Amino acid sequence: MATADIKVHTEAHHDDHGHDHEHHGNFWTNYIFCQDHKVIAKQFLITGMAWALIGGILSVIFRLQLGFPDASLEWLRPVLGGWITPEGKIDSEFYLALVTMHGTIMVFFVLTAGLSGTFSNFLIPLQVGARDMASGFMNMLSYWFFFLSSAFMFTSLFISTGPAGGGWTIYPPLSALPQAIQGSGLGMTLWLISMALFIVSTLLGGINYITTIINMRTQGMSFTRMPLTIWAFFFTAIIGLLSFPVLFGAALLLIFDRSFGTSFFLSDIYIAGEALPNVGGSPILFQHLFWFLGHPEVYIVLLPALGITSEIIATNSRKPIFGYKAMVGSMLFIAILSFVVWAHHMFVTGMNPFLGSIFTLLTLIIAVPSAVKIFNYVTTLWKGNIRFTSAMLFSIGLVSFFLTGGITGLFLGNSAVDIQLHDTYFVVAHFHLVMGSASFFGMIAGIYHWFPKFFGRMMDERLGAVHFWITFVGVYMVFFPMHYIGIAGFPRRYYSWTNFETFSSFADLNMLVSIAAVVTLGAQFIFLFNFFYSIWRGRVAPANPWGSTTLEWTTPRHPGHGNWPGEIPHVYRWPYDYSKPGAKEDYIPQTVPYSETPESNLPHENELVKLEMGNSGAIIPDDKRH
Amino acid sequence: MMNLIIGIGVVLILVIVYMIFRITNLVGLVKGDKEKAGSGNGIHAFLFMAFMILSLIGFYWYSYAHFDKYTLPVASEHGVITDNLFWITMAICVIAFTLIFIVMFWFTYKYQYKEGRKAEYFVDNHKLEILWTLIPAIVMALLIFRGLRAWNDITGPSSKEAVVIELVAQQFAWTARYPGSTDEALGKADFRLIDANNEFGLDLTDKNSFDDFKSLELHLPTNKEIVLKIRAKDVLHSVFLPHFRVKMDAVPGMLTTFKFVATKTTQQMREETGNPNFNYEMACTEICGKGHFSMRFPVIVEDEESYQKWRASQESWLKQNPDYLNRIPENLREFAMIKSGMQPDNGAAEQGILKTVSNR
Repeated sequence: MATADIKVHTEAHHDDHGHDHEHHGNFWTNYIFCQDHKVIAKQFLITGMAWALIGGILSVIFRLQLGFPDASLEWLRPVLGGWITPEGKIDSEFYLALVTMHGTIMVFFVLTAGLSGTFSNFLIPLQVGARDMASGFMNMLSYWFFFLSSAFMFTSLFISTGPAGGGWTIYPPLSALPQAIQGSGLGMTLWLISMALFIVSTLLGGINYITTIINMRTQGMSFTRMPLTIWAFFFTAIIGLLSFPVLFGAALLLIFDRSFGTSFFLSDIYIAGEALPNVGGSPILFQHLFWFLGHPEVYIVLLPALGITSEIIATNSRKPIFGYKAMVGSMLFIAILSFVVWAHHMFVTGMNPFLGSIFTLLTLIIAVPSAVKIFNYVTTLWKGNIRFTSAMLFSIGLVSFFLTGGITGLFLGNSAVDIQLHDTYFVVAHFHLVMGSASFFGMIAGIYHWFPKFFGRMMDERLGAVHFWITFVGVYMVFFPMHYIGIAGFPRRYYSWTNFETFSSFADLNMLVSIAAVVTLGAQFIFLFNFFYSIWRGRVAPANPWGSTTLEWTTPRHPGHGNWPGEIPHVYRWPYDYSKPGAKEDYIPQTVPYSETPESNLPHENELVKLEMGNSGAIIPDDKRH
Repeated sequence: MMNLIIGIGVVLILVIVYMIFRITNLVGLVKGDKEKAGSGNGIHAFLFMAFMILSLIGFYWYSYAHFDKYTLPVASEHGVITDNLFWITMAICVIAFTLIFIVMFWFTYKYQYKEGRKAEYFVDNHKLEILWTLIPAIVMALLIFRGLRAWNDITGPSSKEAVVIELVAQQFAWTARYPGSTDEALGKADFRLIDANNEFGLDLTDKNSFDDFKSLELHLPTNKEIVLKIRAKDVLHSVFLPHFRVKMDAVPGMLTTFKFVATKTTQQMREETGNPNFNYEMACTEICGKGHFSMRFPVIVEDEESYQKWRASQESWLKQNPDYLNRIPENLREFAMIKSGMQPDNGAAEQGILKTVSNR
């Protein structure tokens, strides 16, 4: 009873705030240090897009080296300066820095912050029916810590010794010793500072997401009535909260090793003509700590994309998502298993082979819930009435990538087969498809789908379609050939393969990949144009452009602070009542009570009508307050 | 100047494209053709079908036509087993992938939006769910079973008769160390003893080190178990012998090992591949810095007889670096000189000493 009172009170408070909000906001509180979840989501989105562009450009630069090893890159000298060698080639150490920064930026800044930060922030309050996040202030801090972290990482791109260059996994001793690679000097210091701040940002955000989902759902929004997006954000936040602190610990120990002479990860090293004093540390320890985050991280970037896709596929197939409970169950299962598969990244690192056996077993188990998800998506399409909106196109693209990239996990997860494939282009193909491209497509799909809610206008569907087809085919052209290159044994992170007879072929495929990468990056400018053009000039969005059932479409076109001008709507049904037999329209919003839809109610739903009556009785005092 | 003109040209083209886009949009708006969701539905459904068919054809064709290009001939015993497992997994994956791929894009085509049709309200089906949880689970179980059996064999303990070879990685080169022909054991090493000449950090108080020799090529005998003892001096590296399906990281401060049996000599491989210039190679597969891509190490596989001949022809490290004799405890020096081949072993008495010492 007490909680109910408090809830009513806060709602009332928010309402008041909502009404007079417009009067005392200035530029700083409205757009910069804003505590409104929608503005913070946009901040994450724009920052994430900027990072995606940087990360994409970096990848194209190193693809030029790999696809056209003989071409002169002299024309890049005005931008890259000394990183272009006198012969007009990319410096081989800078090449590693490019690879490292591409990985770091894409995994953390784009697909973690840009994806979760944007959509968790934007959709959680709107879809569970809350005025805002549990703590707007912490939410604001979350963005600004991310911004600070971005600033450090961005700065590191411009220092004279170059950014970190030890791979995005920053394995010591390479990352600990500036004698080993220039990037392990100041560049690595900035990387570690940036990542520490990033983790703070993620934790502040994650705590907020979890709290909001658990405590601030509107009346009637039981856990089983939550859209799959919310479930996905919920699991993602929990995984992040449990795994990111471990990376923080690893980073901290690495800072100690680098700057304070400890030997957590260093032992028996002779470098640059001297034996270092460190003994007793273990580089393997770092790998365990890193991948204890690193593997859950894969699901941190993937689950939100899968959640978004579930929502979009159901909406645009005009069908309920098939097997809602199985979808939630498989996400839960994936979330749990994601913590016990990390060492499959380490089969040939010298780790005890018995551990290899255990992790093979656990890794292949995680394939089962992933397979279930694919089957459920495909079944959702079956007998649907599919509208190919841009968002839907990208969602189908996601499922296709998830299938193509996910299935190669069966090779890599099996330790005996992994011996040959480990650290070859097969791995590059695998994770770029299943985690990189799939999550990226989820993010793009989400932008197209919720753009009307973000900015009150529609994006151009024709440009969206062109963007999709170039990107979809382009991504396949980039990553599918890498399977062949990988089976042939080509190691990743190689600046050039000409030193080896074994790796002397495939100049043709590498050129194809590079051309496809340039074209795919080019297509993203169509998206950028569409995005910014539509913010100001797009068609005005109707209230519910996709005929969607979820709560966010019951808000005004430009939801103000507090999201709903009046009372928060109540929820009476699950979010997937699409094409219900007997219903007048092909969707029934969550806010429509069963008592108003006797024509389409299923037998057990008729039972619920009575409960609704009871509920509305309890609601009356709440209404009278206004 | 040229650049400026090109730049202006590009800007002009972009502006024109923008204007065309803007005008068509406005014209559309005036005409009142409401941009309905799903106006280009038929096109997309068709494109998805075309994509599915063309990409599958491309995939099957390339995989078949270029098979020899992307598969490496295998030259080790366990490699045959893991390759076999690889192709079993491949068969399962290709079948599953093709089926799901076809079904998915067929559905997108068949169930594209049609005015007035209503989608099926299909919420749940426990039988289906259980079916497609169980099938992957069973397939996984089979793969795991086979995989783990192979893994246990590969990573199991090596036999006592195995040929021991040490590989030492550093930025950006490999060196190999072999036990000399008078014993089958490598001498101890310590990173603190490394200097400009003693690149292994050989511990010369250990008698086994006297006849060890250094090689800048990896020589392997066929049909004998080989144990690679892998060390790194500075950062992580990784031994990768692609034709032998061997990969193991080199970790500073930790000895790693990999055991395998090579089955084909370089010469046999030249005949098999029809390439008279064929050579085995070893590469580094763990990012290690600027020269990561250049850490090539030549590999020569020969039959037991010529391997032993080669081994016997190699000078011991100590013989090449006689300055280090003074690091050897005095009572062992003469023995070291004999064992390292610096001093001819004449006289039965000395031979007797040698035997008793090495038998200890």
